Amino acid sequence: MTDKTEGGDVRLAGISKHYGTFTAVHPLDLTIPQGSFFALLGASGCGKTTTLRMIAGLEEPSTGTVGLGDRDVTHLPPYKRPVNTVFQSYALFPHMDIYENVAFGLRRRGITSVKKQVDEMLELVQLGQFARRKPHQLSGGQQQRVAVARALINHPQVLLLDEPLGALDLKLRRQMQLELKRIQTEVGITFVHVTHDQEEAMTMADTVAVMNAGRVEQLGAPAELYENPRTTFVANFLGTSNLIQASVESVGGAGGDVDVSASGAKLRLPVARCSTTPRAGGQLLVGVRPEKISVVPADEEHTIGAGRNKVTGRIVDSSFIGVSTQYVVDSAVCPELEVYVQNIERDGRLVPGAEVVLHWNPEHTFGLDAAQSMLAGTTAVAGAEQLVEESA
Amino acid sequence: MQWLRRNLVVIAGLVTLAYLILPNVVVTVFSFNNPTGRFNYAWQEFSLDAWKDPCGVADLCDSLALSLQIALWATLGATVLGAMIAFALVRYRFRARGAVNSLIFMPMAMPEIVMAASLLALFLNMGIQLGFWTILIAHIMFCLSFVVAAVKARVLSMDPQLEEAARDLYAGPAQTFLRVTLPIAAPGIAAGALLSFALSFDDFIITNFNSGNTVTFPMFVWGSAQRGTPVQINVIGTAMFVLAVLVVLVGQTVGARRKKAQPE
Amino acid sequence: MSATAAPPQAAAPAEPPAHKPSARKRLVPYWLLLPGILWLLVFFVLPMAYQASTSVQTGSLEEGFQVTWHFRTYWDALTEYYPQFLRSLLYAGTATALCLLLGYPLAYLIAFRAGRWRNLLLILVIAPFFTSFLIRTLAWKTILADGGPVVAALNTVGFLDVTSWLGLTEGDRVLATPLAVVCGLTYNFLPFMILPLYTSLERIDTRLHEAAQDLYARPATVFRKVTFPLSMPGVVAGTLLTFIPASGDYVNAELLGSADTRMIGNVIQSQYLRILDYPTAAALSFILMAVVLVMVTIYIRRAGTEDLV
Repeated sequence: MTDKTEGGDVRLAGISKHYGTFTAVHPLDLTIPQGSFFALLGASGCGKTTTLRMIAGLEEPSTGTVGLGDRDVTHLPPYKRPVNTVFQSYALFPHMDIYENVAFGLRRRGITSVKKQVDEMLELVQLGQFARRKPHQLSGGQQQRVAVARALINHPQVLLLDEPLGALDLKLRRQMQLELKRIQTEVGITFVHVTHDQEEAMTMADTVAVMNAGRVEQLGAPAELYENPRTTFVANFLGTSNLIQASVESVGGAGGDVDVSASGAKLRLPVARCSTTPRAGGQLLVGVRPEKISVVPADEEHTIGAGRNKVTGRIVDSSFIGVSTQYVVDSAVCPELEVYVQNIERDGRLVPGAEVVLHWNPEHTFGLDAAQSMLAGTTAVAGAEQLVEESA
Repeated sequence: MQWLRRNLVVIAGLVTLAYLILPNVVVTVFSFNNPTGRFNYAWQEFSLDAWKDPCGVADLCDSLALSLQIALWATLGATVLGAMIAFALVRYRFRARGAVNSLIFMPMAMPEIVMAASLLALFLNMGIQLGFWTILIAHIMFCLSFVVAAVKARVLSMDPQLEEAARDLYAGPAQTFLRVTLPIAAPGIAAGALLSFALSFDDFIITNFNSGNTVTFPMFVWGSAQRGTPVQINVIGTAMFVLAVLVVLVGQTVGARRKKAQPE
Repeated sequence: MSATAAPPQAAAPAEPPAHKPSARKRLVPYWLLLPGILWLLVFFVLPMAYQASTSVQTGSLEEGFQVTWHFRTYWDALTEYYPQFLRSLLYAGTATALCLLLGYPLAYLIAFRAGRWRNLLLILVIAPFFTSFLIRTLAWKTILADGGPVVAALNTVGFLDVTSWLGLTEGDRVLATPLAVVCGLTYNFLPFMILPLYTSLERIDTRLHEAAQDLYARPATVFRKVTFPLSMPGVVAGTLLTFIPASGDYVNAELLGSADTRMIGNVIQSQYLRILDYPTAAALSFILMAVVLVMVTIYIRRAGTEDLV
């Protein structure tokens, strides 16, 4: 709104939200750097939308403050905040045409000559010829672009996106993800994007905060979160992880490795990739991503290079996905190890029932605190799916 | 000051509500009055006489019974005829649809007195004796449109795929109608019936024109406004009000319980 | 079904002789319509025709009436009773405006601010219906009685000075004045305003309010630009449901008014039921119908909600 305070980070300091006895968001500190594309990722009901609404001013936090740059905006009503929202349902005004929807914010701020800006904005989202249509005459994807245009035209300091792509089909969603990313790079405004789709978060955002039950579990760049999950929730919610319960045999010296054993298998991983401090004799959850694992028939075990982590097992299921084949392997360390193999040269011997050896680079192994549930992220996903089914 | 501004709409709304409720309060209070003259407009003293003997005025309870009787028959007639029209309008494509829609809308868009006067013109010209039957005919006529509107709204909001699903699952046309369409349309039909009953029971203008010497309850009240208003009128007004509110409240509580018992 | 087989199969049902829907089936809608439509034709349309013919008859009760195409009746009726016509439209219009003014806050309150009180408030709006409207209208005689607390209060705050200056009241009286009649009309038709208003307000997605606030609209602007325009169907329906019956009403003028507040309904009623001048009464009621229809049509066009009907 005012150019003086233009720029500045979004600072959430100890904000929380209670509804009666239910705590939607636990006290939360979060700084969203100016100009970043920030994603709040989590299953439904995790508090991500409430957090977003507190930034927008649509919800007053029970405790804590919301800051924009140096300004405390905690008690500022939404119509006085230099923040705009793209709503999940788009919330386009049904009685106004596209042009008037987009011009709405400008007009409210007393700008009378809006034509040039509105036309430009409609061109940006490629809807120039639809200016005089009503929202219900547009497709879902077009409505979504109107919602973005309506918010962006105000040049907010922060643009909030509340699951804006949820209602679109897969192909359109991919297209809009790239489109939004392009617009963000072009205008350089801070985007805060709420989503339950981990792929969407990773594709679009440069920083992702994974939320669970009203708390931020982990925050970081997508690759960092994926490669170094700090909790089982993150490990399972972002992609798929094979988690193996193991006991620590020895912890190497400076820059050394951790040796663990799980049901007879000796495994090794770098200390640096453990989210807790492993102690000899203690327990550790050892994780490895399915695509890091190679698989060979049991009788070719000798071809595996030295120093790699090895686990034997039997293929119980294989599904052909196209770019890869996904195997489920029953082994002593874990009954359902998942393995993704690129379809470069398909080995006809790798069929259900085949005895195999799995192996991977110890560097690709991560360690998690064993005191947490191995199923954290997976049950959350299953729970959310169940909710969707029940409501349908 | 801030509080006042934020709650202005609440205050204004409650003022309106008071305006709406005030006459009912007066009716109730004055049902316990013991007026000196023939008219029950000024407070004299507390008395339970009228409550002890609600039918103590000549013809009052007869008129009430007649009104109930007419309202029941009118509701039945209007609901059956109206629901049939509504189904035809929503579920079938036929040529005269536009004309039928306009014909249904017309009675609702006309001052009641115009219909009342024209019906009287018909009955006078044809030499038909005014009385029970002319009242009933008139009531069915003006209730019909409201039933059509209520049922149409409900059937329109119904997913046509439900009927297709029923047919896919081996239900014939009759079965589909009885087991799927009718149960789903039932709330609309009930709403239309309730509205008909209320409209018919409380109707005065059309009845006044077409009743001849027959006295319905509103006609009785109208007459008493000229001759003298017995306290019993207030007793009956109060009793109907309390009864209706109780029925609605009980219905709501039962509905809420049932919802709680079997969560969706 | 293979793609190559599809075209000839798709073409088959388009050929009627092969697959003619039975006559019985085609007649179903007409059978459903028949009784109700017949009822309306005989007891709604036909009476209009009779009334039309009555309006151009001359004669007397004793000698009988004959159709003489005496259109002068219309002119005579209009010149004699135009004050009552104008008064009816004025009273009904004022009552409609008051209903909108009073009803909107309550409908808004129930739709957006009532929370768990919503159902109770709705019941309270509908409940008065269950007491005969004549009894409730008579209650206004008590409320507005001369020297009663309401009149005294209105007098103290100077309200009656303003209304008597406007010609709505006379001296210290409210009863038997235009104010009492308008007050009664407003009261009687208020629920017909509130319910459609509530229905259309309740349908508004509250996220639209949030979106408007997010786009820099203050609460007052949110109302002006979003809430009110979106409630237009309710406003139109409510004003029609109030204005149409109010314009033809004679109960309020009879019970709460005086000879100076007679509306056109009172004239038609007494012509038909007391004076028994049927042609004049018929002409008057046709004029009323025409006036209301024209006004309503213009209004609906202006409000731009033709799809309402």
